[in-house]
Amino acid sequence: MELLDPLLLSRIQFAFVVSFHALFPVFTIGLAAYIAVLEALWYRTDSPLYRRLAEFWTRIFAVVFGMGVVSGLVMSFQFGTNWSAFSFATANLLGPVLSYEVLTAFFLEAVFLGILLFGRDRVPRGVHLFAAVMVAVGTFISSFWILAANSWMHTPAGYELREGVVHVTSWAEAIFNPSLWYRFGHVALASLLTGGFVVAGVSAYYLLRDREVALNRKALSMTVWMLLLAAPGQILMGDLHGLNTFEHQPTKVAAMEGNWQTQRGVPFYLFALPDGEAETNRLGLAIPNATSFLLTHHWDGEVPGLTEVGPDERPPVAFVFWSFRVMLALGTLMLLAVLWATWLRLRGRLFTSRPLLKGLQWLIPAPFVAVLAGWFVTEGGRQPYLIYGEMTLAEGLTPALTGGMALFTLLGYIAVYAVVFVAGVHYVVRIVQSGPEQVGEAEQPAHAKRPLAATDIPFDDEAPLGGNGTGTRR
Amino acid sequence: MELIDLTAIWVGILGVGVFMYILLDGFDLGVGILYPFTPDERARDEIMNAVAPVWDGNETWLVLGGTALLAAFPAVYSIYLPALYIGVFLMLAGLIFRGVAFEFRFKATRSRRFWNYAFSGGSLVAAAAQGFLVGAVVQGFEVEGFTYTGGAFDWLTPFTTFTAFALVSGYALLGATWGILKTTGETQQWLYRLAPRLLAVVVLCLLVLSLWTPLLQERILEHWLSSWPVLWPLPALSAVFALLLWRALRRGAEFWPFAFAFGIFIATYLGLLSSLWPYVVPPEITFREAASAPETQLFLLLGILFLLPVVIGYTAWTYWIFRGKVDATMGYH
Ligand code: HDD
Ligand code: HEM
Ligand code: HEM
Repeated sequence: MELLDPLLLSRIQFAFVVSFHALFPVFTIGLAAYIAVLEALWYRTDSPLYRRLAEFWTRIFAVVFGMGVVSGLVMSFQFGTNWSAFSFATANLLGPVLSYEVLTAFFLEAVFLGILLFGRDRVPRGVHLFAAVMVAVGTFISSFWILAANSWMHTPAGYELREGVVHVTSWAEAIFNPSLWYRFGHVALASLLTGGFVVAGVSAYYLLRDREVALNRKALSMTVWMLLLAAPGQILMGDLHGLNTFEHQPTKVAAMEGNWQTQRGVPFYLFALPDGEAETNRLGLAIPNATSFLLTHHWDGEVPGLTEVGPDERPPVAFVFWSFRVMLALGTLMLLAVLWATWLRLRGRLFTSRPLLKGLQWLIPAPFVAVLAGWFVTEGGRQPYLIYGEMTLAEGLTPALTGGMALFTLLGYIAVYAVVFVAGVHYVVRIVQSGPEQVGEAEQPAHAKRPLAATDIPFDDEAPLGGNGTGTRR
Repeated sequence: MELIDLTAIWVGILGVGVFMYILLDGFDLGVGILYPFTPDERARDEIMNAVAPVWDGNETWLVLGGTALLAAFPAVYSIYLPALYIGVFLMLAGLIFRGVAFEFRFKATRSRRFWNYAFSGGSLVAAAAQGFLVGAVVQGFEVEGFTYTGGAFDWLTPFTTFTAFALVSGYALLGATWGILKTTGETQQWLYRLAPRLLAVVVLCLLVLSLWTPLLQERILEHWLSSWPVLWPLPALSAVFALLLWRALRRGAEFWPFAFAFGIFIATYLGLLSSLWPYVVPPEITFREAASAPETQLFLLLGILFLLPVVIGYTAWTYWIFRGKVDATMGYH
């Protein structure tokens, strides 16, 4: 393939920026929900524990959210710059969907985030709680709309093509297209898992070092309960999602399973090297008939293979196959960790078992990798289509785009993201290292309940942060 | 014929939306542009605090502008963005750097200088890129049907370079007047000294542009000559606002400079729009030809009519909560 192929470069660029972006939202969605819960508990119980947890995690949230916003900004312009033919063709549908996302979610998040971050001493406690809830709700609404757009590209519905342009015939069918709810549920659970495993891992890190024990035990205990629901829920959801994909995109599922020929009694490969040339797998290690059973609920059910379509309509099989294995393995690993934690809890050792705490600490990256792997399966498995069965990637590309332009921006984004990402991770690590000890011991419900009118009091006199002095350095 | 002219309504909505963006993000980009001129770190803290709680909401208008353009005028969206490919990248890179600088600058010690540069450099590049866009639109695009066929650097000409400079100066003026509103003491004094100079630059830019634009495009010249009774009041209005602004600065007023700077922007913006009217992709495509399907325009309109007031309402509410003067030590979270 040519080095300066604008199509290839645009694909790499899109995959790069979207993968980067996708990591932040799942974390912010999960964490926003957690912060809202903490604020609510503080509101009800008045326990300073909750307030300090909320304040600590809000600091991390602020950084991650900021990165989500700036990387998202890039996303929304990518459509026009690199995929203008696609944008033009689908604008009648995607335009309103994305605009509704901005109107119902982004403004909500952005505006109430200001209050969540800066407003603790400026608004009454109830309003602050309300802001936290609004931010959390906003993140879910946002994922609803963007996933509606994305799902429509996988399972298009409610439209007709006139002169190559999409015209919507039913908004309900187009928005609530056949894969929307599966994808939404799966991503929502992925977000809870991500937020949960980060909080659990960080709390474990502190507990291993005997820092702020009461606070972190609380955090760990809360998250393990939540994960006990989310981890098995995600596997169930994934199974339903897969069945739905099997119905609408059988070729994708064939690639996920490495199934080349249409046949009965398809095995589930734990390990294999798919070979596109020979249209078969080399070196397979398989559970007999398992795939047939999972997909059709019969041990010898028939499953269509990749060879049903021509080689140029097949996705990159090995890529999809292995990404799928990675997601499954990590999902299973997370479930095992949660079961182990629950078992230790029943025996009263949740907070003291060093192997468990170490394990949780090591699992922090797991949900992020699983999320990326999941998107690789979904998007990779859709190739060569941009809109499944309707428009290919090549047809969606911007006609005036040259290889040089695409290369320039690709390298540019890599450079920009390298700086921003390194700085962001570095800073989040710093916040974690300096720890919740930095969040003020002083409890000030009286101040926080102050009516709006009293905000003329100079801000710095109140010194709400940094009880031990180091926290005030800005 | 339909009962309501949806496309015309959409022109109005987008016009207002773009304007909201220019106004709101204009002042916070402007604050970044002023950074190299600040007397000390304290002033930098103060003017940054003056925008920290609201910049994210401001930038959201840009995202809305993009998506609403896609929804209502897809042809414009799919011609502007490829035509300005490199410029869009520069703008986004600028916005990224300044966006994260808000997070990091307050916390940084050793790397603080770096984040200062990131904030001001990012703001400057983003503002300039928007200025290039304005220039490029006035200049026109090479298209075939609804596809851009020009080159990668058609947007980079002496004229667009000048519009970029003009917009940067305009944003700086907005930023300075916003700073006057939000700060006190030495920082405010410094801004009072700076603002008249910025105003002089802006007025000069507007004069040059009023001459250059008609010379660049005969179409625009004819347009201005033929419909002069409607169009000429706009530059006159700009001049009046400039004068009022100058006097308000002399008086030491706190709110009015911002309001009048805003006035200059309105008048100029309307002037620009009427120069192009009815083209959105000059010299080929009018706003009617660029429109999306009626059912799409209607579907989004229904939501916008209900949601936009809500959004404006709670946006106004946050401005109310964060009203009043800032000070350097307020910090972040
Ligand atoms: C599962 C959820 C999810 C997914 C798959 C995406 N996003 Fe996202 N996006 C969010 C969930 C989210 C969010 C949680 O709502 C963010 C993260 C941080 C934030 O500010 O909001 C966000 C921010 C965000 C922003 C900045 C909003 C602002 O200014 O406040 C834009 C423009 C986009 N996104 C656009 C996109 C596009 C074009 C995507 C796909 C191609 C995309 N997002 C995928
Ligand atoms: C272990 C059980 C799991 C199963 C059976 C499963 C199944 C699936 C399937 C079939 C898809 C592709 C759907 C399509 O392309 O149409 C998918 C996508 C995805 N998975 Fe999983 N998954 C599991 C675990 C996880 C975990 C633990 C995470 C993250 C924490 C995750 C995150 C994702 C994401 C982000 C996507 C892409 C979005 C989507 O299409 O929903 N998955 N999953
Ligand atoms: C919901 C948000 C989305 C996420 C998180 C996402 C994720 C991904 C990922 C991980 C890839 C890489 C797959 C690969 O390398 O094969 C990819 C590829 C791609 N996606 Fe998406 N996608 C999303 C939505 C969209 C949308 C809305 C578009 C519309 C333009 C789109 C178009 C593409 C294109 C053009 C590619 C490049 C194809 C390739 O590299 O193989 N995606 N996406």
